[in-house]
Amino acid sequence: MSVGGLSTMGEQGGEVETQQANILPKASDDSLLSIKVLFFARARDLTGLTGISLEVSTGSTAHDCLNLLIAKFPRLDEIRGCMVLALNEEYTSESSLVRDKDELAIIPPISGG
Amino acid sequence: MESNGGDAFRILEEIETLKAAKSDIEHRIANLQVQIGGVAVEEMTDSILCPPISTNDAGFGHGLSPEMVYRYSRQLLLPSFGVKGQSNLLKSSILVVGAGGLGSPALLYLAACGVGRLGIVDHDDVELNNMHRQIIHTEAYIGQSKVKSAAAACRAINSTIDIVEHREALRTSNALEIVRKYDIVIDATDNLPSRYMISDCCVVLGKPLVSGAALGLEGQLTVYNHIGSPCYRCLFPTPPPTSACQRCSDSGVLGVVPGVIGCLQALEAIKIASAIGEPLSGRMLLFDALSARIRIVKIRGRSLHCEVCGENAAFTEQMFQDFDYEKFTQSPLTPLPLKLKLLPENVRISAKEYKERVVKGEAHVLVDVRPEHHFKIVSLPKSLNIPLSSLEGKLPEISSALKEEEKCNGPTSSPGASLYVICRRGNDSQRAVQLLHKMGFTSAQDIIGGLESWARDVDPNFPIY
Repeated sequence: MSVGGLSTMGEQGGEVETQQANILPKASDDSLLSIKVLFFARARDLTGLTGISLEVSTGSTAHDCLNLLIAKFPRLDEIRGCMVLALNEEYTSESSLVRDKDELAIIPPISGG
Repeated sequence: MESNGGDAFRILEEIETLKAAKSDIEHRIANLQVQIGGVAVEEMTDSILCPPISTNDAGFGHGLSPEMVYRYSRQLLLPSFGVKGQSNLLKSSILVVGAGGLGSPALLYLAACGVGRLGIVDHDDVELNNMHRQIIHTEAYIGQSKVKSAAAACRAINSTIDIVEHREALRTSNALEIVRKYDIVIDATDNLPSRYMISDCCVVLGKPLVSGAALGLEGQLTVYNHIGSPCYRCLFPTPPPTSACQRCSDSGVLGVVPGVIGCLQALEAIKIASAIGEPLSGRMLLFDALSARIRIVKIRGRSLHCEVCGENAAFTEQMFQDFDYEKFTQSPLTPLPLKLKLLPENVRISAKEYKERVVKGEAHVLVDVRPEHHFKIVSLPKSLNIPLSSLEGKLPEISSALKEEEKCNGPTSSPGASLYVICRRGNDSQRAVQLLHKMGFTSAQDIIGGLESWARDVDPNFPIY
């Protein structure tokens, strides 16, 4: 598990910022996957973003991706235990492997009405 | 206000007279309806046992009267809905919990389309700040029961269906009795404990639950406990922390957002009641108003390990009644604004005292710690806006404002300028004062009850929001 770089999408969904996160030793390019992460509801408040691109190493699971996201956005920890996690618009468990170009959605419940 | 006392009294008297006349007319209408054996049931409370829903059979083999055929003709013309769908709908009963932003459009459409019996649960009264989204209510009903107002609106649209008024909060003590009388439940509430309670109640009684939620510019919708779909607890076995559950009264909501979700709730309920189409079971619809995107995500199926609907779950009616949902979610069923008490009395002053000090010309700085977009709605004169979230980094601004104030008032102001902190309701101001004390601003005091108490106790014309 490692992270190469991540770029963020602002409220308009456009790329507003590109960051290099050197949390772990740099892996060679061919072992990196690029996934798109979508934030909903409270996850948007906590990150200030609607989504980001995340580079992870081959063999990473949804769980690994979540850990990376929480390292990047520590406030996300608030909803760690209470969210629907969807990979490519389908329910996924944290142990699922992610593949290149996958889309991971983080969906905490809304309770207002 | 006081100067209009005489007028107000006359108006109140007139209202009473009109109400008496109205009640007399309603009584006469009811008598006439009994005489012609009409089907319209104008008033029915939950204390009366709901009679079985019957439709007139006019001899066309489908139970729809000529008036019904005409009223519902545009639905009957739909091949996939037709007479069968309409008959099913007329025989069905739907309970809408909450007559607010979600419940308003849901109730209007359900009444209009001809659901046989429509129940409305709510304990609240209509307020002016509801009107932008709770479109079932009109200004004339401000201060009156939401259920009464919603029922009147539904009856005005369709006088031929049963509208049942439940003017009470749904609680573990009454939920089984109320929900049992209906085929389908719509969760249109605004708080977490109610969502868990309604879901559990629907599992215990085997009712499909059309659940909608909206906040800010986003909405969510799914059908729980229906043909293999999960219950609320399967998806969220552990309740989110209270900080993650924001309310419209704090975070705001664009009126049409719950409107869209409420309409979709009515649609899903109609599909289930009339047995047409493919319900949103096992899928969750996510509505993003700002980017005009709707996504539908497949969600998990029923969890075998779910404490309420799982294989080995033994969640009985008794357990439901004994369950403490407020404790489980750590939030109240009928949310009241939070009232923190973090500071000792001697570092707090009332809005009235603050006013007196301003009048006396006391040298001081007033820091308003609300977010900037709140500050733009309304603020006190000469207050300095430093949102709580950025307070720590902006202490030099406070120091220089204090120095400036001392300079303006000359060396005569002996102990230097005072520092006061205000917010909307008096919670964040206490947090801010705690922080300021820690950072060396030991004289900082907060204004108890914030701008709301200013509006209540000092300036009745000051806008509240």
